[in-house]
Amino acid sequence: MKLYLKYASIILKSQMQYKTSFFMSVIGQFLVSFTVYLGLYFMFHRFHSVSGFTYSEVLLCFSAVLFSYSLAECFVRGFDVFSLIISNGEFDRIMVRPRNEIFQVLASRIEFSRLGRFLQAMAMFAYAIPVSGVVWTYDKILTLTFMLAGGFFVFSGLFILYAAICFFTLEGLEFMNIFTDGAREFGKYPFSIYGESVLKFLTYVIPMALFQYYPFLYLTGKSSRTLYMFLPLAGMLFLIPCLIFWRIGVRHYKSTGS
Amino acid sequence: MKKYLSFFRIRFSNGLQYRAAAWAGVSTQFVWGGMTLLLFRAFYQTGSQAFPMTFPELSSYIWLQQAFLALYMSWYFDNEIFDSIISGNVSYELCRPMDTYTMWFIKNMSVRLSRAVLRCMPILIVAAFLPEPYNISLPVSLSAGLLFLLSMTLGFMLLVAFSMLIYISAFYTLSPMGIRILTISVLEFFTGAIIPLPFFPESLQTLLYLLPFASIQNTPFQIYNGYMKGNEVSAAIMIQAVWLLVLLASGKLLMKQALRKAVVQGG
Repeated sequence: MKLYLKYASIILKSQMQYKTSFFMSVIGQFLVSFTVYLGLYFMFHRFHSVSGFTYSEVLLCFSAVLFSYSLAECFVRGFDVFSLIISNGEFDRIMVRPRNEIFQVLASRIEFSRLGRFLQAMAMFAYAIPVSGVVWTYDKILTLTFMLAGGFFVFSGLFILYAAICFFTLEGLEFMNIFTDGAREFGKYPFSIYGESVLKFLTYVIPMALFQYYPFLYLTGKSSRTLYMFLPLAGMLFLIPCLIFWRIGVRHYKSTGS
Repeated sequence: MKKYLSFFRIRFSNGLQYRAAAWAGVSTQFVWGGMTLLLFRAFYQTGSQAFPMTFPELSSYIWLQQAFLALYMSWYFDNEIFDSIISGNVSYELCRPMDTYTMWFIKNMSVRLSRAVLRCMPILIVAAFLPEPYNISLPVSLSAGLLFLLSMTLGFMLLVAFSMLIYISAFYTLSPMGIRILTISVLEFFTGAIIPLPFFPESLQTLLYLLPFASIQNTPFQIYNGYMKGNEVSAAIMIQAVWLLVLLASGKLLMKQALRKAVVQGG
């Protein structure tokens, strides 16, 4: 942990060397997700509600997804650009060091400029938490915390899975973007609105509904099943198969030789 | 003219080499389009009377958008061009007996076009066989089809002319990252890539329509699906043409100015 903080401070310092560029990127990240928010706002301006969810409820859902996504993207970024780490031979160096590979990949890249999205999520929380009509008792606060933590774990799992596939293909698979970028884009609405089969897929295959849809139902009082509150914790288990797959990948690894 | 044409041919066939990437892209875009339609279906079921387009019109719009994503994607910029400006290698380009603006313009067009050619057919074919109303239908009439092709070409050139302005700005700023991400978010929003323009509030419609961004992908797609009819079509194409001329002229002018002042860094 101490070592990680050391890495983090070095990376922060190096990114701060180009201050204008850094803040421009933060603002840019913010703007990109802000236009997405505006799109959502305009949709609700016209329709007022969707499948029984109101604007402020959807906003709460959107900010929870964006929050966990931007945290995962900021800290697990090393796995997101993993195809680069493999192709430039950086992974060979990582393998010879006496530290866990996952730790080193994690610590090699921390993208602080991604916090622009994080700011957006915080701003939406600040608006949605008071007006969403949720009575913030302890269990509701706990549910939201579980949602955020669960989201962080599932997104991290996806990034790791994405990186593990690179061991076999040596390049990033654009298709995986559906689950990362796609989840961020489409996860702004509760997953049930996409229909039964999408919801099933996101429950049993890629467990994104476990941290988004079900606890969200409990949070907004649409369901009173306390089980839903703890589902994000089950979703966190998704990280385990991803890590196993990563291990298989590491064993399979052959250097690209460059 | 011949030299530009052969330059185009080289770049174009170069772009056609990336077939595996194209297949990955096709499947991604297919899922993306499908999810978008499911999203709009939910809004349609909630309040169909507030829906500004008919659902089949929207389906055609979304599938065209996915099929021709490579033509209109706002986030693609040629890093070689930026690098050459920043590193000063642009001086070699200037030595060539060609017009640099035209060459860069063609380079951008050919990359986008080759990607679109690889990707559009599978998406269009599969989307055509989807159950109604989620499928893409044929253009509403033969004339709409022809006008769609004309308008699509204009919109495509308009986007390239717009991105040329961003390349040229690198002569002045030497660090294009900020302006680049700013452009992307503005383009995504105002071209109707996030939500189609008819879904914006009524009060903004006229303004949106007059901005150059609506002329990029909104106009051709709305001609194809019959959302724009009769006089609206010719007016929209006129707007496209005017904006194209304005952007081309200002791009050429700015380029000339930039080159007059350009300082090549290093030796």
